[in-house]
Amino acid sequence: MNIFTKTGKMTINFFRSVGQLSIFTLNTISHIVRPPFYFKALWQQMIEIGFYSLPVVALTTLFSGMVIALQSYSGLSSLSSEGVVASVVELTITRELGPVLAALMVAGRVGAAMAAEIGTMRVTEQIDALTSLSTNPFKYLIVPRVLAGMLMLPLLLLVGDVIGIYGGYLISVYKLDFNDTNFLRNTWNFMQAIDIYSGMTKAAVFGFIVTLLGCYNGFNSKGGAEGVGAATTNAVVVSSILILVSNYWLTELFFAR
Amino acid sequence: MNTENNVPKVEMINVHKKFGSKVVLDGVSLKVNKGESLVIIGTSGTGKSVTIKCIQGLLCPDEGSIKVDGKEVTTMSEAELERINAKTGMLFQGAALFDSLCIWENVAFGLIQGKKMKRPEARKIAIEKLRQVGLSPEVAGLYPDEVSGGMKKRIGLARAIATEPELIFFDEPTTGLDPIMSDVINDLIRRCVDDLGATAITITHDMSSVRKIADKVAMLHKGKIIWSGTVQEMETTNDPFIKQFINGVKDGPIQPTV
Ligand SMILES: Nc1ncnc2c1ncn2[C@@H]1O[C@H](COP(=O)(O)OP(=O)(O)OP(=O)(O)O)[C@@H](O)[C@H]1O
Ligand SMILES: [Mg+2]
Repeated sequence: MNIFTKTGKMTINFFRSVGQLSIFTLNTISHIVRPPFYFKALWQQMIEIGFYSLPVVALTTLFSGMVIALQSYSGLSSLSSEGVVASVVELTITRELGPVLAALMVAGRVGAAMAAEIGTMRVTEQIDALTSLSTNPFKYLIVPRVLAGMLMLPLLLLVGDVIGIYGGYLISVYKLDFNDTNFLRNTWNFMQAIDIYSGMTKAAVFGFIVTLLGCYNGFNSKGGAEGVGAATTNAVVVSSILILVSNYWLTELFFAR
Repeated sequence: MNTENNVPKVEMINVHKKFGSKVVLDGVSLKVNKGESLVIIGTSGTGKSVTIKCIQGLLCPDEGSIKVDGKEVTTMSEAELERINAKTGMLFQGAALFDSLCIWENVAFGLIQGKKMKRPEARKIAIEKLRQVGLSPEVAGLYPDEVSGGMKKRIGLARAIATEPELIFFDEPTTGLDPIMSDVINDLIRRCVDDLGATAITITHDMSSVRKIADKVAMLHKGKIIWSGTVQEMETTNDPFIKQFINGVKDGPIQPTV
């Protein structure tokens, strides 16, 4: 095969996937607003995404807060003061690292699991069985997952924000010997409402991306165990890329002037 | 005018379906009347499962018309199809049990999700259906990966008939079952048709099942229905395909593909 046919094929495949994903997204959104609603499934997914992701999100944000405190002290030593460390920690965690890291962790944990679960259901005809039992698979499988992702990621982020700042506090107080009340006061004074709501908006968008791609890849997987494996990989890789890319544009939207 | 009863339950006209370049259905036409039991036979891989998936709207044919109760399925909206599927049941060839739900929840799925029945009541019906397919109430709480292949098949069957649908598809209901259990299942399918007035479309390779279940028999070969008729006609026909198939010999017009 010569290089032109190859490139042509790849281009066509790319646009086909984009088209398919767009249709899938519109389909999902249209089913979110139309009854019947499966509240039990939604609740289960909220627990799965929100509660069981707490440990990984807590650990990643804790250590991120710690490393930011350390770096902003040693890296910016010429201008560093107590105030700078506290504000850098607060800003990076709430605006950027918190949402991105939480979303990446959830993509690895939840997005992959969704792709695998729904993919297995696809290749073992369980999705067809749902349809034949007159239950719409979009409403029963996909809507609860996507909604739960959009609801729970912002909440996870709030916990992550607190823990991340606590990580910065630990380093500032116990390693850099800063005054503990000063650190907290500086953080509090520096914090703006937009830090929190921009972060939470990002988290909701990322939650949508992660769960949608997990579901999409699972739903369209074919060809047995290998296909499910590929779906899982795709879900994680593509959603991670989309998280980082859309993070830039969301930051631009909120903060560029 | 009595159009109600003249409308066939299922009617397929010149249905074509291919996957990529592989032609599977090449002009299938088929008619099943209300309260009739049709058995589709044919060699492995000719598209029997694909045929019934097309009728259920799980696969969309490339060409041709499929009507259920006189309504065109191929162009139907999702919501309409859901309403049709609420009155049909399907046993999948691979059982396709939901592995996140336990056995009785699987059987009761159509009752709880579709008919909005309360769980305790649905559980009772599920256990009764399990009994009809020869399974004791002890298995009700197990999960699909904890039961044998033949049990899965029977659970799938219990799930398909739990809502007492008007139209039921059975994809190889007795494959993987012992002869005695096969007879129990054949009997149950026949009773769905005789007692509940359901219309049944069954796929099977087992000639004793055909004789027990069928009112009519249709043979699918190379993407077309090449023969159809009643069971008596099947026994006496001189059609070389049917003769080869029911006698199970390797020499004849049907070439076993390797
Ligand atoms: N989703 C699919 N994608 C691609 N090809 C398919 C798909 N489903 C079925 N086929 C092909 O269609 C053909 C018919 O399949 P089908 O499952 O209907 O056979 P069958 O008559 O039910 O055989 P068996 O008696 O072994 O169950 C097969 O050759 C199969 O490879
Ligand atoms: Mg089959």
